[in-house]
Amino acid sequence: MSTSDYDPACLPDLLPIYYRRLFFPFSQYYRWLSYGGVSKNYFQNREFSFTLKDDIYVRYQSFTSQNELENEMQKMVPNKIDIGAVYSHRPSQHNAVKSGTFQALEKELVFDIDMTDYDDVRCCCSAADICSKCWTLMNIAIRILDRALREDFGFHHLLWVYLGRRGVHCWVCDDAARKLSVAARSAVAEYLSLVKGGEETVRKVVLSDPIHPFIKLPLFLLVILSVVERYFQQYTIVDQDILGSKESVDKVLALLPEDIKKDLAVSYKDEKDPMKQWDQLCDLVERKKSNSRKGGQYFDKEIMLQYCYPRLDVNVSKGVNHLLKSPFSVHPKTGRISVPIDLKELNTFDPFEVPTISLICEELERPRADEAEEDDKKDKENEQEAGERHRIRDYKRTSLAKYVKVFDWFLEAMARSRKGEMLKKSDLQMDF
Amino acid sequence: MQFSGRRKKLIGSSQNDLYDHCLQFYGQPPLENISLTEFETFAVERLKLLKTVENLGVSYVKNSEHYVKKLEAEFSNLNFPLKTELGDRKVQGGTSEYEKRRKDHISHFILRLAYCQTEDLRRWFIQQEMDLFRYRFGDLTSKHKTDFLHKNNLKYETVSAEEKKSLKDKLITSSYGLSGITVEEYDFYKVPFQDALDLVRTRKVYLLAGNAYIPHHEIVTIVLNDFRTRLSKALAMTARSLPTVQSDERLQPLLSHLSHAYVGQDYSIQKNIGKISLEQIDALSGKSFPLCMRHLHKALRENHHLRHGGRMQYGLFLKGIGLTLEQALQFWRSEFVKGKVDADKFDKAYAYSVRHMFGKEGKRTDYTPYSCMKVILSNPPSQGDYHGCPFRHSDPELLKQNLQNYKVSPSGINQILELVKGMHYQLACQKYFELTHNVEDAGFSLNHPNQYFTESQKLLDGGREIKKEVDMSQRSQENPANMTRPSQANSKQAHEEMGDLDSFFQDE
Repeated sequence: MSTSDYDPACLPDLLPIYYRRLFFPFSQYYRWLSYGGVSKNYFQNREFSFTLKDDIYVRYQSFTSQNELENEMQKMVPNKIDIGAVYSHRPSQHNAVKSGTFQALEKELVFDIDMTDYDDVRCCCSAADICSKCWTLMNIAIRILDRALREDFGFHHLLWVYLGRRGVHCWVCDDAARKLSVAARSAVAEYLSLVKGGEETVRKVVLSDPIHPFIKLPLFLLVILSVVERYFQQYTIVDQDILGSKESVDKVLALLPEDIKKDLAVSYKDEKDPMKQWDQLCDLVERKKSNSRKGGQYFDKEIMLQYCYPRLDVNVSKGVNHLLKSPFSVHPKTGRISVPIDLKELNTFDPFEVPTISLICEELERPRADEAEEDDKKDKENEQEAGERHRIRDYKRTSLAKYVKVFDWFLEAMARSRKGEMLKKSDLQMDF
Repeated sequence: MQFSGRRKKLIGSSQNDLYDHCLQFYGQPPLENISLTEFETFAVERLKLLKTVENLGVSYVKNSEHYVKKLEAEFSNLNFPLKTELGDRKVQGGTSEYEKRRKDHISHFILRLAYCQTEDLRRWFIQQEMDLFRYRFGDLTSKHKTDFLHKNNLKYETVSAEEKKSLKDKLITSSYGLSGITVEEYDFYKVPFQDALDLVRTRKVYLLAGNAYIPHHEIVTIVLNDFRTRLSKALAMTARSLPTVQSDERLQPLLSHLSHAYVGQDYSIQKNIGKISLEQIDALSGKSFPLCMRHLHKALRENHHLRHGGRMQYGLFLKGIGLTLEQALQFWRSEFVKGKVDADKFDKAYAYSVRHMFGKEGKRTDYTPYSCMKVILSNPPSQGDYHGCPFRHSDPELLKQNLQNYKVSPSGINQILELVKGMHYQLACQKYFELTHNVEDAGFSLNHPNQYFTESQKLLDGGREIKKEVDMSQRSQENPANMTRPSQANSKQAHEEMGDLDSFFQDE
């Protein structure tokens, strides 16, 4: 069992271990946020915020080096770490700067997907809970967004992070992404948003265009629908059982026009197999579409999207100075580490197998099976307890290892790409 | 932009060169002498035009038939240039096309002086000028569009024929309103997506690897982005040279009238502070709150919580009706504590943002309550939100139910739904006011939730004090033409001119 019975009350005791004994991958973290040192002071001008115990929240933290970051984090032992923007000056000195000149300049483009935003369309869980059934929604969301961000927008360096309870983040780290304006971020987020409306809106996805009714569905939608369709039958019809009870059937019918609703109410009296019920619904929609003079109507596809399409919080993506939870933070309620997700293994990713802080602390205490690797030479920051000095403090011996590896690959890909850029540039300038 | 340049005489260039296109980017400031009367008239007429643009933009879909028709009418009435050629036959006794273009040019630069001073003013000015430009550019013939682009050195990369061919199907299915033939015939431009945000946002264009493939006729959006960037920079520069302008005592009063006329009543200075007690709020929500705030209040009472968007919209509204900071803190705390939030957590997490709203934290900006325009147009609600404008953001069916619950008559509900269908959200709210207060005519033009509250209280109490305050604020909102044309100082004139604007809101 991965959780090893995490108890939130133990967090204050576990966190110091987490930060001191190289669980928190400081050198990779620093490598990430320095982005190859191409821009001067990029790391130094980055804002971090810490949530300390007793919910004390401190903003405008900044650090001049990896060492300082480590020291401060080990000293303050934050419960939660947020990453903000890269500013024009060191955030820790922002009060000394002439007012109006301290500005957020760059930040990764980020997306936040929270399972509670799907509460109106999942019946297995609600609020903070998730299960393997509704996890499929995350799977779908990640696939759709990852493809769109890479193929449509040309981004290459995406870091997907599982937050430890009910959400995932995507950090788009390309140079171009970090330089995007507020308007551009908002446009990208809106491009990716199809599910719109709050409590008061019943029909949240509208695909038909009243001004151009005979327009075919655009390419963007066709690509998305092909992904959604792969999952829809199993996830929505079977797992979520949206046609299983009167209440849930009514919810589906509420998304349809009166005439189709009436016809379905009749045919559902006889047909009880949900798969066939869904087929009937699609048939009726198709028939109405071909008979209608009003042109394209896509009620069946709208239903699929309403139940499955990713729901983003646009406000998270818009702001350049927005503070977002850092990867490798610990979730206070579940104890799970916010780990990178390997998209190559997305189908087998299990959120319930992500290690908790108690688990990895426990794993570290287990006796070593073999001789340690020697790359602990970077180890300077050690506790000076007798006997500990010879122990290898290595997250690599714990379940956290494989997730840190994903982070390593991500960083290597960015490094390679930076090298490629520099070669291109120097070729153009004919430097040798 | 040099203010002193105004005093230089126009040297050399013939009249025709200066205004050889009916549309311009306003790159060069005017260099001629101009009388004070012309200065005033031009400025005021352009302001009228921009305010029309603003009002039409909320009542109609931009660039729809109604919108275009009404805007065109206003153009001719105010003698601004349309799309005709320069040498065209001049209407007997009317203004020549050249004169119209000159007016367009000069009036734009005068308004820059008035609207460069604060972020809000700049944003408003840029928004209206952009909408205006979009309408005018869209109205040009294809040839004129190309002429314009060439004259203004707008470079963009055309997509090669081979690439077009290989992407043909994708271009057809992704680009809005295109057939196979048009793809072959028309030019496509490859533009980084950051330069075509409007098209990207609405998915009207094919995106590949970060580039948007724009068909020729969509080039207006690219041009608009360019326009916005240039104007934004220019306004920032103008602001820096403003002190020189303001020292001219002939111009200073006019310029400040112009910019205040726009802002109008923003409810940032609360009158009646402390006159509302917390116990009254429940009753007031039914009687005098606009529907959006009534919903928010109800949701807060029921769920003992509101998300950030709802807290901002409702919190600022409450500030606007006169709640003090202490009252607000008490109000929110008592409600949240009934829910999942204990008093400690409230003090740590939420109290900060309430104080923030009153300007006691952070930047110490005193945030102003949201106008209807802001509520309708920005930050649409998503799942779990209760903010926004119910006439804009609610499902019509749900809206109908809610109105029924609030005992609005069936015929009244129908009237409201009709207005909603026509996208006249503020009129729908006004109708709601009329129905709930049992009056034929609201007697005001709704554009702010706090205005709704003030008017409602005025009606219900008939209190002389409140009435006087409202009257005074109304006067400051009146048409600037009233203020600056000394020959038309009487209020009757002003009333007629307000009437002009109102007629835009009536259905045909």
